[in-house]
Amino acid sequence: MSAQPSTARTRCYHCGLPVPRGSRYSVTIEGKPRAMCCPGCQAVAQAIIDGGLDNFYRHRDGQNADSELIRTNSSDRRKQELELYDNPEIQRGFVHSVGEKQKEALLVIEGITCAACVWLLEKHLGSQPGVISASVNMTTHRARLRWQSDTTRLSRLLAEIDRIGYQGHPYQPNCEEQLLDRERRRAVRRLGVAGVCMAQTMMLTVALYAGELSHSMDTHIIALINWASMVLATPVALYSSIPFYKAAWRDLQTRSLSMDVPVSLAILLAYLASVWSTLSGSGDVYFESVTMFAFFLLVGRFLEMAARHRTGRAGNALLDLLPTSAIRLEGGKETLVPATQLHSGDRVLVKSGHTIPADGRIVEGRSSVDESALTGEYLPQSRGPGEPVIGGTLNIEHPLQIEVTETGSESRLSAIIRMLDRAQAEKPGVARIADRVASRFVAATLLTAVAVALFWYGYDPARAFWVTLSVLVVTCPCALSLATPTALTAATGTLRQRGLLISRGHVLESFASATHIVFDKTGTLTEGSLNIEEIRPLGARDSQTLLRIAAALESRSEHPIARAFRAHVIQPATDVQVHVGQGLSGTVEGKLYRIGKAGFVCPDNTPTQPEAKGMWLLLADTEQPLGWFRLDDKIRPEAAHTVAELRALGLTPLLLTGDASDAAQKVASRLGIEQVFSGMSPEQKLAHLHQLRQQGAEIIMVGDGINDIPALAGARTSVAMASATDLAKTSADAVLIANDLMRLVDCVRLARKTRAIIRENLGWGLLYNLVALPAAAAGLVPPYWAAIGMSASSLVVVGNAMRLSRHRSGAASTLEQVEH
Amino acid sequence: MDIVILLIPIAIILAGVAIWAFFWSVNSGQFDDLDSPAHRILYDDDEELIPKEARQKGGPAPTDDGEQDSR
Repeated sequence: MSAQPSTARTRCYHCGLPVPRGSRYSVTIEGKPRAMCCPGCQAVAQAIIDGGLDNFYRHRDGQNADSELIRTNSSDRRKQELELYDNPEIQRGFVHSVGEKQKEALLVIEGITCAACVWLLEKHLGSQPGVISASVNMTTHRARLRWQSDTTRLSRLLAEIDRIGYQGHPYQPNCEEQLLDRERRRAVRRLGVAGVCMAQTMMLTVALYAGELSHSMDTHIIALINWASMVLATPVALYSSIPFYKAAWRDLQTRSLSMDVPVSLAILLAYLASVWSTLSGSGDVYFESVTMFAFFLLVGRFLEMAARHRTGRAGNALLDLLPTSAIRLEGGKETLVPATQLHSGDRVLVKSGHTIPADGRIVEGRSSVDESALTGEYLPQSRGPGEPVIGGTLNIEHPLQIEVTETGSESRLSAIIRMLDRAQAEKPGVARIADRVASRFVAATLLTAVAVALFWYGYDPARAFWVTLSVLVVTCPCALSLATPTALTAATGTLRQRGLLISRGHVLESFASATHIVFDKTGTLTEGSLNIEEIRPLGARDSQTLLRIAAALESRSEHPIARAFRAHVIQPATDVQVHVGQGLSGTVEGKLYRIGKAGFVCPDNTPTQPEAKGMWLLLADTEQPLGWFRLDDKIRPEAAHTVAELRALGLTPLLLTGDASDAAQKVASRLGIEQVFSGMSPEQKLAHLHQLRQQGAEIIMVGDGINDIPALAGARTSVAMASATDLAKTSADAVLIANDLMRLVDCVRLARKTRAIIRENLGWGLLYNLVALPAAAAGLVPPYWAAIGMSASSLVVVGNAMRLSRHRSGAASTLEQVEH
Repeated sequence: MDIVILLIPIAIILAGVAIWAFFWSVNSGQFDDLDSPAHRILYDDDEELIPKEARQKGGPAPTDDGEQDSR
């Protein structure tokens, strides 16, 4: 007999977790009582309602961040930690004084999920006494807080952030972050200048063309308009377009002709020639082409950069993993210090349920350590005296005394980050279709220009320069260089709406040509947490009673196993004792029970373990075994369908996992993946990808954990799951924000369609040039015809690309059939 | 038509002013967050300003995302 624990339960109104049966926590929101899962959520919701901020619940997009954050917020440790931030010594890094009695702090806020969170934080902080201003940035999750330092302490404001369910941390920008900020501001400035100047130049040019068509404009007015256009186009050519010149120069040094080379060439030549004709008062001007061309390309680059910045920020990455404070032992005394002030050789106390602040060696104590963030192994490892522990991992059961061996840049975590940098540097270059076409096109154009110049020099030396110039400008690779970016921008926008955020430009092109797709197991193909799959009672008691007893025993533990029971806790057990690596014992309703490994629970009369695979826990009282619980990491519901669809699209799925158990094999056979490699370290994963690449495979890597990071960085294209650590998101080329694997199939389909459209666009660009080039070479093209032709061909290209934004998920397969 | 001799330089000066104002606002951080201002307009902060008789009863319908089969 078996029973599924019921899943259809009321969910917490605040955080969305299931509400335990018989829970009495609730808050009245918008006239109705709403059930809450725990006292933490209740307190947070009450604080929000009391502050008159119930609008928050009306506007939020999704559930709030999980209650894990809320649980840590209410601990005593957190209160002491906050008081550390009042210390001027520690404030020095992130607080500065404004005037005499005001201070301003930069914070990073954890737990922001949508725009409503930003509103809530700003409102709530703004209503605190002593706060002068509070502004929160939704993209970077940073807050700027200014307050009256003589009446209010920072720790009180941080406690207020905690009280509404978020966490504020000091923000100390590293060099990389400051660079990102500067890059972003510079790009906005360049784009703005190009936009303003383009609009003005266009306006003047309309007058110029109108005059040209009616042949009635005075020469001095034409000269004035030319001069005005020159003034306006100069900042675009000499300031806004600098990124193109830099990229082109870099490409020339590495001897590759990318699209940046003809772009720079076109902008500079058209600009210089127009300046020459303005100054000399003869010939044609092309200022409007220069500004329009630069502006459109800058828009594309800006959108790409914004997406790249959005996905992850290096500075927040370590913050997630390392705790902010540590308990240092000095001559038997415990002092709370910021984790950044630990040194090698310090002795540190890590209580159960706390994160280990630095790499070290256990001096005293035995406990199990959850290393899932680093190794992907979701069951904790047992560690005793003399054994090493890694900073950022979680101590689960007993207090440990640790001697710090490595901090900061020497720690294991930093080593993984360094590995990431190296893998990224070795990343295989992506030969873009546009760049290949471009290099041939540039060569052909330059040769033609030289030939035309030579011919006209012999035929009519006076016109030679102007005809050669019009050849270069008319063939200005406008349509050609817009062909790729417009298609990519349209497709990227469509995918973003559907839940796949692309942060690097090459993703779509490599998705279209990929041959292999590599999955990580835990958290990618599976949901990444243990669930109770089955209960088999051995005696007279039914499964609900057994579940209640087991949940009571597990209620206090931080072990991943205990988390599976959390939703079923009604009454916690008393006298709970943890037996490292074995199980738990405790008293429920006056009787002693044990749960855990069969050999520990019933050493004398161990019942035989059932056949089905998974992790089996035995529950027993003092006399006899009562029942088995089977726990397993659930496979995502859409995983099997996704793998089948990807296979139908011609991709070979692979499974690479750090988990050494037979679970990997089981998941793979269930999903129909034939190639499985289990028990792999991050280094081995990376090496395996290298090996596949040498055999000519084009790989997409999908993963989520810290242990996947080198592989994510080393694969040609990588996708991180929404639940992945910030660090994994930063190193990935795309993030699956919808948390639905089927989006990968959509992406492959759309990428192939995008490739087709890019080819059409390039074809059109070439056709236009084939027609325009002979005409220009024959000296038949006046500037307004060149401009009309150029604009028309650009419009055709942009219109064609826009078809990608109407691409629908349901229609995907039919579109595919039409095309192939 | 001679008026354009005056108007065109004025247009250029105005464009220059626009660029200067734009640079100032970028440098003062107004373009750092391009996402949340679009949402900010959705929040009604003026409920206490609406006369009592004009208010809808009970306000707009609350979103029901926190509940499954509790009824």
